[in-house]
Amino acid sequence: MLQIAFFAFIALTLIGALTVLLTRNVLYSAYALLLTLLGVAALFVFAGADFLAVSQIIIYVGGVLVLVLFGVMLTSKPTTISTSTVVASERSNAILAGSRGVWLGVLLAAGLFFGLSRLLMNAHFALFDQPISKAPTTIDTIGKQLMTEYIVPFEVISILLLVALVGAGYLAKKSIKP
Amino acid sequence: MLSQFGIMFLFILTAFAFIGGILLFGKLLRPDRPTEEKLTTYESGEEPVGNAGVQFNPRFYVVALVFVLFDVELVLLFPWATVFGQPTLIAETGGLWGWFALTEAVVFVVILALGLAYAWAKGYLDWEKPQPQLPTVATKVPTTLYEQVNERYKRPTTP
Repeated sequence: MLQIAFFAFIALTLIGALTVLLTRNVLYSAYALLLTLLGVAALFVFAGADFLAVSQIIIYVGGVLVLVLFGVMLTSKPTTISTSTVVASERSNAILAGSRGVWLGVLLAAGLFFGLSRLLMNAHFALFDQPISKAPTTIDTIGKQLMTEYIVPFEVISILLLVALVGAGYLAKKSIKP
Repeated sequence: MLSQFGIMFLFILTAFAFIGGILLFGKLLRPDRPTEEKLTTYESGEEPVGNAGVQFNPRFYVVALVFVLFDVELVLLFPWATVFGQPTLIAETGGLWGWFALTEAVVFVVILALGLAYAWAKGYLDWEKPQPQLPTVATKVPTTLYEQVNERYKRPTTP
């Protein structure tokens, strides 16, 4: 039963990702991205990472996807209203990319995948050496680690978020003024 | 391998994914013979004009960006909140653990609050209203003439 659910979520993730890739409508691909992110969150649960799954939902589905949708709606140029056979609600929000070469993108994605997988394979995580905790949830372990071993990254993250906040505000302010 | 919460969470996720699945299967099963009348938005008999994908106010984007940043902060504060007040940890360290965790979290929040205060003070969060366009008429008549006319035919104020 668990295996069926596992493969169903894999299928959901892959179908969502393929829809993102293949659909012509940017809005449809944003909604398909929602399905992919839900599937990835479920796969995190299967990997025993409950907290990561909830974070995935809170940050990606709740925040980043809204940002993507806003981005799509901000950039979609209203086409001139024509009384042709094309129905207005059917018209897609197409974005023409500068480079239309397929193989460049495939090569870039393959290189990125190879590099990231190499990095993960060669990484040495300190928690792997310790015995598996018997805590009912992973959030307890994460909290203790965050407050002891990773206290400096924890504070550095706040600086990073501060920089991102100031930079985002500045860029948005700049781009609005024509 | 799966925790109790994990099983619950999978059910919640399945419920959300099911909405997409049902819509997809409905699309596959139903007859699809679109006409222009069927595809138009229902607007109580009114003829709709234009596309639903209109351009949004760019201010929404800034608010969404700020929201995402504080979302990340929230996610980082959740694990802190679970271990901050644990009696065993506090007892083991003689009360030092609670003060240490509290100080670290306060530093974390204050740094981010500083960013919010900066964005607020700089006016990044202000909602820019469009400037009303006052119509101007090219005329030779100076505005003082109008004022004189108004003065002349002013209605006497009744007490």
